[in-house]
Amino acid sequence: MDDSLKDLNDFLLSNYSEDIINSVIEHSHLSITIVFSSIEKITSILKNNDVCKFRTLIDITAIDYPEQDERFCLVYHYLSMQQNIRIRIKSFVKDEQIVPSITNLFPSANWFEREVFDMYGILFSNHPDMRRILTDYGFQGHPLRKDFPTTGYLELRYDQEKKKVVYEPVKLTQEYRRFDFMSPWEGEAFNFDNDDNELEKNN
Amino acid sequence: MADNFQNQKNIKESSIRNFNINFGPQHPAAHGVLRMVLELDGEVVERCDPHIGLLHRGTEKLMESRTYLQNLPYFDRLDYVAPMNQEHAWCLAIEKLLNVVITYRASLIRVLYSEIGRILNHLLNITTQAMDVGAFTPISWGFEEREKLMVFYERACGARLHAAYFRPGGVHQDLSEQLLNDIMIWSEEFPKKVNDIEDLLTENRIFKQRNVDIGIVSKEDAFEWGFSGVMVRGSGLAWDLRRSQPYECYNDFDFKIPVGKNGDCYDRYLCRVWEIKESLKIIQQSINKLFKCMGEDVLVRGKIAPPKRSEMKKSMEALIHHFKLYTEGFHVPKGEVYVSVEAPKGEFGVFLVSDGTNKPYRVKLRAPGFSHLAAIDYLCKGHQLADVSAILGSLDVVFGEIDR
Repeated sequence: MDDSLKDLNDFLLSNYSEDIINSVIEHSHLSITIVFSSIEKITSILKNNDVCKFRTLIDITAIDYPEQDERFCLVYHYLSMQQNIRIRIKSFVKDEQIVPSITNLFPSANWFEREVFDMYGILFSNHPDMRRILTDYGFQGHPLRKDFPTTGYLELRYDQEKKKVVYEPVKLTQEYRRFDFMSPWEGEAFNFDNDDNELEKNN
Repeated sequence: MADNFQNQKNIKESSIRNFNINFGPQHPAAHGVLRMVLELDGEVVERCDPHIGLLHRGTEKLMESRTYLQNLPYFDRLDYVAPMNQEHAWCLAIEKLLNVVITYRASLIRVLYSEIGRILNHLLNITTQAMDVGAFTPISWGFEEREKLMVFYERACGARLHAAYFRPGGVHQDLSEQLLNDIMIWSEEFPKKVNDIEDLLTENRIFKQRNVDIGIVSKEDAFEWGFSGVMVRGSGLAWDLRRSQPYECYNDFDFKIPVGKNGDCYDRYLCRVWEIKESLKIIQQSINKLFKCMGEDVLVRGKIAPPKRSEMKKSMEALIHHFKLYTEGFHVPKGEVYVSVEAPKGEFGVFLVSDGTNKPYRVKLRAPGFSHLAAIDYLCKGHQLADVSAILGSLDVVFGEIDR
């Protein structure tokens, strides 16, 4: 299986080197990072080229790296049942950059792109139906961004007096517990000088 | 007659408004919490807009703040009809990043329980599909068998549904000889029950009228819409991850992949019935194999699994290890991995991004039902309203995994 991945990798690298930033074969899976402007081009090649024949779109998702300039990493997974291989295409996207939709090539991309929009706020151009998909009607914010708190901002309950469901800001009866489990020997940098000073003060 | 015709001709032409109705979220045939807005022209479906997310619990977000081991039970709550098959994908993803090879006995137990999960799922699906088109008896027969299988779940891990039995590095506990014997006895009696259900449905006139040539999926459609599992096999593509990209020890088993011909709801039903029978073969083979390796450890006793209880009584290191494992958890090396298993509903995948800490940086759960449901507008267009529930039944949707 790794041989066919290598062949595919060589084919893509030799023909479309200007679109590809880097490619790795990791855990028997070919992963290619492409430049943002080539998403449509590479997708169409993957689907239609006889060497690739990636006819099934498995998944579209994103990863949030808030500290990077190109904040989001879009991840596309494809499968070729004919050749029995998989490929992962990644591309980095800036915040508020609009991504070309691939729904005209893969109709199944419709819901995946809606989900990415819902969860990360990445907009897709030429998408037939760019609505939220998983979150509540009228939801604000994009939950899978790293700066969105796990508890969210609003909670809802049924109000007996108003006889309807009301939205209120989240009130936690107990502080949300976040443990720092990083090894004290590797994780935190302790300032031992201060300890000595305090000892001296006490003495 | 002629007068009548004349009169009708004189009636002024008026535009007829299409009718919009809500299908669900409390409709019994909506298989959980699906709200579909249907636009009807008479009884013909013009447009079908599913509103999903009513069961959205933010699993992926929650997983980012929990350790790898704490995340495992979330997988039971995805496709709660066949919980262990989901856990399997998670364990395989972690093991792939950690480069852990599990023992053969653990692998056999995983196969055994994955196949039990497949039967659990197909029993539910076949019988509820039958109920969606008007047959009530199969579901009461099917659930009796499901109950027996859930007892096997309970005897292995203590829980009927939310098992948390597959662990990174193997399975939580070994199976007793008695349990293996009982599963064997069940597997010999069960074919009769399947035949009973089949007698009610397969050649049933009403069932066939409602399912044959309904919701046809061509091979092309199956590619375009990203289908997997029974949805592609029903359309004549012999694609099964257990065969084509074997994981665990499926290579050692002798089983067939049932394939449909027409890609309609009826073929998908037949595929599922046959898959139950093939799963039974795998179950019997794995039990026979399990008897040959009694006593082998079912967990890789490294840093990712707890030490043996007896060891903890004597060794301080084992005690510390146990404490650290269940508080801090284990660290997984930096990397990205996509692992998929042939879940009963199709390809269930886990895309795991690890940053080297004890918690995943990002997890994407690829649920088969999500792509299947996305195609429902395409599948239902032009069908009668009554066919919507038949198609929905044959898609095999469970909202735990679609909404995540």
